[in-house]
Amino acid sequence: MSAIPQQTSQPTWQHRLAERGVDRRLWLLLPATVFVLLLFVYPFLYGLSLSFQPANGGGVLANYDKFFGDAYQRDTVATTLKIALPAALLNVLAAVPIAFRLRGRFRGKRLLTTILVVPITLGTVLTAQGLLNYLGPTGWLNRILLSLHIVDDPIRLTNNYWGVFFSLVITGFPFAFLLVLSYLSGIDPTLERAAATLGASRAQRFRRITLPLLAPGLATTFLLTFVLAFSVFPSAVLVGNPAGSTRVISLAAYQAAYEQYDYSYASAIAMVMGAVELVVVAIVLVWRSRLYTGSTGGKG
Amino acid sequence: MSQKVRTIRATPLGWVIWAVVVFFFVNLAGVVLSVLVSSFGTKWFDTWFPSGFTTQWYGDAWREFTLFHVIVVTLLVSALVVVLSVLVGAPAAYVLARKNFPGKRLVYLTFLLPILMPPITYGIPLATVLYKFGFAGHLSGVVLANLVPSVPFVILTMTPFIEQVDPRIEDAARMLGAGTRSVFLKILAPLLVPGLLASAILVLVRTVGMFELTFLTAGPDSQTLVVALYYSMSAAGIRAQQSVDAMAVIYTAMMLVLLVVALRFVNPTQLVARVKEEPSE
Repeated sequence: MSAIPQQTSQPTWQHRLAERGVDRRLWLLLPATVFVLLLFVYPFLYGLSLSFQPANGGGVLANYDKFFGDAYQRDTVATTLKIALPAALLNVLAAVPIAFRLRGRFRGKRLLTTILVVPITLGTVLTAQGLLNYLGPTGWLNRILLSLHIVDDPIRLTNNYWGVFFSLVITGFPFAFLLVLSYLSGIDPTLERAAATLGASRAQRFRRITLPLLAPGLATTFLLTFVLAFSVFPSAVLVGNPAGSTRVISLAAYQAAYEQYDYSYASAIAMVMGAVELVVVAIVLVWRSRLYTGSTGGKG
Repeated sequence: MSQKVRTIRATPLGWVIWAVVVFFFVNLAGVVLSVLVSSFGTKWFDTWFPSGFTTQWYGDAWREFTLFHVIVVTLLVSALVVVLSVLVGAPAAYVLARKNFPGKRLVYLTFLLPILMPPITYGIPLATVLYKFGFAGHLSGVVLANLVPSVPFVILTMTPFIEQVDPRIEDAARMLGAGTRSVFLKILAPLLVPGLLASAILVLVRTVGMFELTFLTAGPDSQTLVVALYYSMSAAGIRAQQSVDAMAVIYTAMMLVLLVVALRFVNPTQLVARVKEEPSE
């Protein structure tokens, strides 16, 4: 439709290309493509090749040997997954029933969703500072628990695994909730009404109609929440125990680059990090591709 | 159905769910308020509230952390990132929304990857490259690094807005003799103002809050507020805890202002997908 024949010597091949969608408007894609190639693809490939050129000599794979040979470094992969997977899973699973209750219209919905956006904008650094104050040994939570005689000694919730976990829930849950809510709202409500007319109970409607349509959206939500949790960095340092139980892989990469100035080793760790993340992403995507993705499902 | 506003019916499960939501909000309020109260407190050890209240920490934080400079840098970086990412991203979003062409899926995937990857993963190689060419450590490096997730974000948020514009409007304009430039400036741009505003504001909020990429590329003179806050926190003990809290409150206030502005233009759930509301019969 947009293929207006040009007054040039070769109208035929231009016309043929235009029929396949190649015309002058594709030039609009150029700035973004050049940009992504220069600032994302090139640095990534540069980092990849740098990781095979160890700073201190050795074989091509010396950096990777060094990483996987050292238990202190190798364990960061497991540490990261141990924090990120449960946090992402909890965020998604908690978001489903709440979003299910809150879909559709009701008074105060906009206010509720607005409050939920706040933690996303607080960012990890402020959340960390707040958690240190609030959950610390003399913080409000411990004071309440102590004065109600629920515990005898202050419980330790900061500078360990739980501090990081809570910070991931505070920033990740609202994000997961808003995504799930938008996927749920994307499901045509008439389908459920039709099922109800045909005699399906509330539980049956959820299990047989809503859940299958929602599942691809849930997979996407899990992925995005997981990516957020996987790259946990500031909170692992500030509310975690960066030398021990919350020494995550991004911290190892940062230390290699900015404390030891070994960019080659740091790139290798970054590549390991990317690879581990892509494995999880790939598993979820394969599972997701086996689900129904139709026009009535959530977008994505 | 005459009743347009649905009220929540209270089943046992419903009560549990509401309890969880309230519990979450109470703790969230505790986290935020503890910072706020501490920033106005004089001395706060082992008591419910500080022994007295003062505003001196704000003055201290303002001077000690050179906050004026930091805020100027933050605003400058964010403004540059917003303008550049919209200029680069919007035309690409137009092509992806309107056209099918060979290799479209590959192009789309390449644009998605920077959002799917953890910032540290590509941030470290990116910072290395930026240092190599002398960008890092300056404002330009911070802006370039922040553009990497912002441009794809603009593309993702703009595409549905462009899809909503009827292509026949453009065809009609072309029929009447408008060139590509005037189609864009006189037809599409005015129709896309809501989409442009939405993506610009979302990018602004993300850039002000972006920690990792700025942290990896900023020099002493190009720190944004989040990064300055991180440094002041990780050097705890040197400075009074309360002036760090004061700085955190300033950061939150700035974010809240942005958020209130943002929510005038975008629906919270619109962050990710278009929302089909229940039809109101």
